[in-house]
Amino acid sequence: MHVSLTVNGQRAVTDVEPRTLLVHLLREELGLTGTHVGCDTSYCGACTVILDGKTVKSCTMLAVQAQGADVTTIEGLAANGDLHPVQEGFWERHGLQCGFCTPGMIMSAVGLLSDNGSPSEDEIRHGLEGNLCRCTGYHNIVRAVEYAAAKMRGEEPPAPEWEEGSA
Amino acid sequence: MYPRSFEYVSPGSLDEATSVLASTEGAKVLAGGMSLLPLMKLRLFSPDVLVDIGRIPGLSSISDRGDHLAIGAMVSHAATASDSAIAEHAAALATAASWTGDVQVRNQGTTCGSIAHADIAADQPSAALALGATMVAASAGGVREIAASDFFVDTLTTALEPGEILTEIRIPKQGGASAYEKLGRRGGHTDYAVAGAAVWLDVSDGAVSSARVALTGVGAKPTLAEGVVEALVGTDGSDSAIAAASERALEGVTVLDDLFGTVEYKAHLAKVMTRRALQQAVAAAT
Repeated sequence: MHVSLTVNGQRAVTDVEPRTLLVHLLREELGLTGTHVGCDTSYCGACTVILDGKTVKSCTMLAVQAQGADVTTIEGLAANGDLHPVQEGFWERHGLQCGFCTPGMIMSAVGLLSDNGSPSEDEIRHGLEGNLCRCTGYHNIVRAVEYAAAKMRGEEPPAPEWEEGSA
Repeated sequence: MYPRSFEYVSPGSLDEATSVLASTEGAKVLAGGMSLLPLMKLRLFSPDVLVDIGRIPGLSSISDRGDHLAIGAMVSHAATASDSAIAEHAAALATAASWTGDVQVRNQGTTCGSIAHADIAADQPSAALALGATMVAASAGGVREIAASDFFVDTLTTALEPGEILTEIRIPKQGGASAYEKLGRRGGHTDYAVAGAAVWLDVSDGAVSSARVALTGVGAKPTLAEGVVEALVGTDGSDSAIAAASERALEGVTVLDDLFGTVEYKAHLAKVMTRRALQQAVAAAT
């Protein structure tokens, strides 16, 4: 079937079988392999993308359901070589270990911060409940989102805990 | 994981959708897909035709119709959870929707889809039952209304006939107050319920005048706990009256064990969740 959608600001037109999942269209048709397939059962959130402003699990959506939609993937966040504040936060606060869950975590964090620019730690943890990290690196992921939230509000991000500890 | 091949139809109107369903053997309705697509990916279910109702105009709104609220077939869990009229008149459903799945699932999945799927551990079916909702089903033959108490037939089985689409659910604006409580599989309120309870009740002249209590996760389907209502109505709704009534939560219910709890554990949880939900509803109603 014919599908046309906008991915990271660019129009994409392709023919897919109805059973093609959105994540496979992104990865295999468009070559955007930053969106990962993790559990493939709708639990882990590694495949999270932003579709028409809302985070969705692209492994649990047919590509044909995204007809006409505006999709943002991890590849669409950095602009002109500058990392998105959430990407920068994951870098600065060691928000990843193996990195497999990271694209989905970052997309969910971007979605969270677009709804709530000043989330509490509890709100961050609940906002990311659809994303699993098998390294269990949640602590620094929360710090990374706090860093990004501060940056996006134009504030100085909180100092890293390892500096507080060594002071 | 790819599902088996199927034909995909995306009708532009409800009439077109019901006519496709009426004329096509093995067709299944696709709304948000949060329950259907995982089953298809695991190949536990392989419909020949999917009828995507996502592009039919008019199914995505929550309407206040004076004596009831109507939730359309494509209203997401997130929209149900954040709607001010639902919060005011159907708090149990707002809470149940806010605890359904996770953020991404709530963005894509639908309240009506969860109710039509009728998973025994899903939150919103029992909330709809406790609120005395009416389900509206459309088919090529016309439209019919089904009371929530007649809607849930068995595990994953509802009164919807092949060829029918659950186009909206209606929640009466009935006064009183409602609440939902659960223990999620991942602890707290996260994930499907191990057990949960939805309650609606009204209080007049210092006494509970009427009530409905529905249990999640314990029996083969969302189940009304008549014994609790019998014990509670006429009391002052005090903590001791609620505690005594909650002990009757499982009268007439066959509790099923599963991976997440033994019969004994789930029976205990159901009483605890009933008590907590009743306490909240009484506090909100008085």
